[in-house]
Amino acid sequence: MNAPANPSKLIKGATGDWEIVVGMEIHAQVSSHSKLFSGASTDFGGDPNSHVSLVDAAMPGMLPVINEECVKQAVRTGIGLKAQINHRSTFDRKNYFYPDLPQGYQISQFKSPIVGEGVVIVDVTPTEQITVGIERLHLEQDAGKSLHDQSPTDSFVDLNRSGVALMEIVSKPDIRSAEEARAYVTKLRTILRYLGTCDGNMEQGSLRADVNVSVRRPGEGLGTRCEIKNVNSIRFIGQAVDVEARRQIAILEDGGSIDQETRLFDPARGETRSMRSKEEAHDYRYFPDPDLLPLEFDEAFVEELARGLPELPDEKKARFMRDYGIASYDAGVLVAERASADFYEAVATGRDAKMAANWVINELFGRLNKEGFDIAASPVSAAQLGAIVDLISEGVISGKIAKDLFEIVWTEGGDPRALVETRGMKQVTDTGAIEAAVDAIIAANPDKVAQAQAKPTMLGWFVGQVMKQTGGKANPQSVNDVLKSKLGI
Amino acid sequence: MTDVTRLTLAEARDALAARKLSAVELTQAHLDAMAKARGLNAYVVETPDQALAMAAASDARIASGAAGPLEGLPLGVKDLYATKGVHTQACSHILDGFKPDYESTVTSHLWRDGAVMLGKLNMDEFAMGSSNETSYYGPVASPWLPAGRDAASAREALAGDKKGLLTPGGSSGGSASAVAAHLCLGATASDTGGSIRQPAAFTGTVGIKPTYGRCSRWGMVAFASSLDQAGPIARTVRDCAIMLRSMAGHDAKDATCIDAPVPDYEASIGASIKGKKIGVPREYRIEGMPAEIEKLWADGVAYLKAAGAEIVDISLPHTRTALPAYYIVAPAEASSNLARYDGVRYGLRVPGKDISSMYENTRRAGFGPEVRRRIMIGAYVLSAGYYDAYYVRAQKIRTLIRQDFEKVYAQGVDAILTPATPSAAFGIGEKGSADPVEMYLNDVFTVTVNMAGLPGIAVPAGLSGDGLPLGLQLIGRPFDEETLFSMASVIEDSAGRMALPQPWW
Amino acid sequence: MSVDQATVRRIAHLARIAVSPEEVPHLQQELNAILSFVEELSAVDVEGVEPMTSVVPMKMVWRKDAVTDHAGADVVVANAPVSEDNFFVVPKVVE
Repeated sequence: MNAPANPSKLIKGATGDWEIVVGMEIHAQVSSHSKLFSGASTDFGGDPNSHVSLVDAAMPGMLPVINEECVKQAVRTGIGLKAQINHRSTFDRKNYFYPDLPQGYQISQFKSPIVGEGVVIVDVTPTEQITVGIERLHLEQDAGKSLHDQSPTDSFVDLNRSGVALMEIVSKPDIRSAEEARAYVTKLRTILRYLGTCDGNMEQGSLRADVNVSVRRPGEGLGTRCEIKNVNSIRFIGQAVDVEARRQIAILEDGGSIDQETRLFDPARGETRSMRSKEEAHDYRYFPDPDLLPLEFDEAFVEELARGLPELPDEKKARFMRDYGIASYDAGVLVAERASADFYEAVATGRDAKMAANWVINELFGRLNKEGFDIAASPVSAAQLGAIVDLISEGVISGKIAKDLFEIVWTEGGDPRALVETRGMKQVTDTGAIEAAVDAIIAANPDKVAQAQAKPTMLGWFVGQVMKQTGGKANPQSVNDVLKSKLGI
Repeated sequence: MTDVTRLTLAEARDALAARKLSAVELTQAHLDAMAKARGLNAYVVETPDQALAMAAASDARIASGAAGPLEGLPLGVKDLYATKGVHTQACSHILDGFKPDYESTVTSHLWRDGAVMLGKLNMDEFAMGSSNETSYYGPVASPWLPAGRDAASAREALAGDKKGLLTPGGSSGGSASAVAAHLCLGATASDTGGSIRQPAAFTGTVGIKPTYGRCSRWGMVAFASSLDQAGPIARTVRDCAIMLRSMAGHDAKDATCIDAPVPDYEASIGASIKGKKIGVPREYRIEGMPAEIEKLWADGVAYLKAAGAEIVDISLPHTRTALPAYYIVAPAEASSNLARYDGVRYGLRVPGKDISSMYENTRRAGFGPEVRRRIMIGAYVLSAGYYDAYYVRAQKIRTLIRQDFEKVYAQGVDAILTPATPSAAFGIGEKGSADPVEMYLNDVFTVTVNMAGLPGIAVPAGLSGDGLPLGLQLIGRPFDEETLFSMASVIEDSAGRMALPQPWW
Repeated sequence: MSVDQATVRRIAHLARIAVSPEEVPHLQQELNAILSFVEELSAVDVEGVEPMTSVVPMKMVWRKDAVTDHAGADVVVANAPVSEDNFFVVPKVVE
């Protein structure tokens, strides 16, 4: 935990450098049809209290019965986090009063969680990779929702979310910057989506983060932390870490001290503020839930789930690097979404894989991002992009023409190979035609010829002239070869 | 026919099957008896219309040959059980006006088998009590009169504060009183620390707390989840066996309910107990035990021996710790189970200046003093800094208590014989007003059974010097209720069926 | 162990039960009577003993992941002291 501080991560304060220390508790909604302990639907939205069973409403005499799929999803996630799977875990009650907590307690796993320690490998930049430790993952119930802005005197309570299964994934305090925090959550989200254990939809609250931030002088022990509750976008997570760290540094540099407290991030004002209602010291009186027996399964159960898992991002990335010879960061970009990775593989198979990666990442993803499209909605299919890559490889079109062709396919669609024919985009490889063009240019520019013969870097000027005359369709390699031989350089 | 309410459940069943009696007649007779017995305060709600409709339906099923095992038999239901569309309040003010849209698993089993519901029975609030005095609906009087009490002055007391009359015990006081006064053929009850067996013993009736997990807890208002278990109170061992067969059984809605077939318990009545080994635990011979209880216990030993059982002295060394440990575990679970009564979704709400004071005012007004006390003790023993010293320690002691039983069962003991209560019934208003612990001591013989999750039956075995009923308790192996029924029927036969009081009320 | 009056008030608040100042001494006495009753447990040797987690040794039953239960919003709020448009209504909660 006290590894030497990375100088590039430090924040310059008025009185010297500071190191940010971040740990996160991610609440990920388990993908399941019904709730953790009741048969009510988990569908998002719905009229108030329409997805509520008698169990969720804590009617007298109601009892929880665990949903096996939620157990499986937690185990799958544990496998995806390369974590210890605990064959025996227990459910505890966390007791507190709140109108959207109907039982007066939340069923959670306090003492012995279903998943123990694991790791997440995170690419922060093309050149930097970090490992974030996972402390634990446990299953728990979500609470209902209180609406406070419907009336000046009342709050309105809707229990539709009450009892929906959450996985709380607790990281170790291994994160050292806002950028790392964003990259960690992005990677965790990728893993969950690959596994199919959480849809990762942050707008609908399927993934929320409690961000623990503290600062310290490099090399010192951990400082007092503040917990920023319920941050619901990756961008806000980064902003919250930054503004909270700066707030703490300002206090400490003024000679003050940090109060350990719960805070809220206000994106509109770009600040965090104390949650007054949570200031009261809590005494949750955890104890094992007597309505539930210990949650037990054997290794065969875990192995069966492991066998059913898809290739996970880290493995896929390693395979892409190995089989396609592409760089680590590029591979990371390609595997971030399963659909992107599948798209890339369809383009790369049987083709120049590096060129395919270049086209998928730079041209296609660049364009999709710009237009705000998802890969599933891409106007250019993998087959079309593959055909473009083929045309380049075969020397039928140049890279420059290929970009024009991509533009046509993006806007109008069509078979790239046919488009090249009908629109006369084919590259000129006929040396006769190129020789004629070269001859004409040499004849018209004797001074440039002399210059080029003295200084071979002038060759580029001649190439440009030939391309201009051929409408960009001359094969650059052939142009080079012909020029070199005619100019004698 | 003479007074059909004097029939046992088994006799009434046979009379209905033989068409000597109709379910409507039988039900009407009970409704009439209930109307005359309102002073006992056994029922908090009577459901005559529903009862007669159910009885008529039963008569139709009997006529068509589609009768269930409990067809047409009128029963009372402890107010702890959710009954669809009918008052369900666990006799607490905090559940004011609550009418569930659901039926508890146990009662739905009874209706499935053809039984008829007469109404909801009084009980200690949330089943917390041993005298039925903590009920929001007031105390229940036992049909048994204290020695020397004449009927006229007793009737006067019944109309007033009931002082000077006897409690039927608790928490299933309404169930026990109603069964003993012939206001139903049998009743559902529930037992967390002795709430079936102690009132049964006090009223000369039979009550069985089955093994934890034998009956579903779904739809029973929870007191202490790891201890609560449903069971019947009836006038004979056979009647209890008939009722339990219907009440028990797997329920996918209760994760602690066992998935195992329910035996035909009635077949155990009269089965030989020859060669069975019965343990007599020396730790139950507590200091200051009244001689009449000692004698009752010795008589029980003699009855079982005469029937061919082998009697062995056994030791259950952690017996003494059970009651104090119970008063940590049960309040802890209760403090959490009763957190849902907050004035938001159902029941009483007392306004306050903000949400927190709304909670505090509601719970102050809605819970009686005993319930508030237990909730506070429970919150305390679970709170930061005390959890290990109290709750964890108590759960470790529970393991030791269960191991005590496991050891004697491993040595071949089939069942254990003890007194059911340390005394006969006491008077209303007599106990626990100064020191709550005085009342708690009533459960000293019964609570070990709940702590270990075992089955226990209380069966009347004699009368006290004051002419009040006394009961013996048999404790069995997990899920071996059959042995308990066989042995209890031996005691019942040997001691002679308890002669219950004639109506004076 | 025994509780003082401040503890009585703290526990009462933890359990969300209003207590009047006059009630506190009486409650303190009652709670201490119960605590002194359970005090004898501290003498029991529990070294190496596992706390009981389930009364009856059995495996917990799991439910299939199916939507089997929807009470209906009208049923859910049917017993509510105050409700509006199928929401439960409570005094305003300040976050």
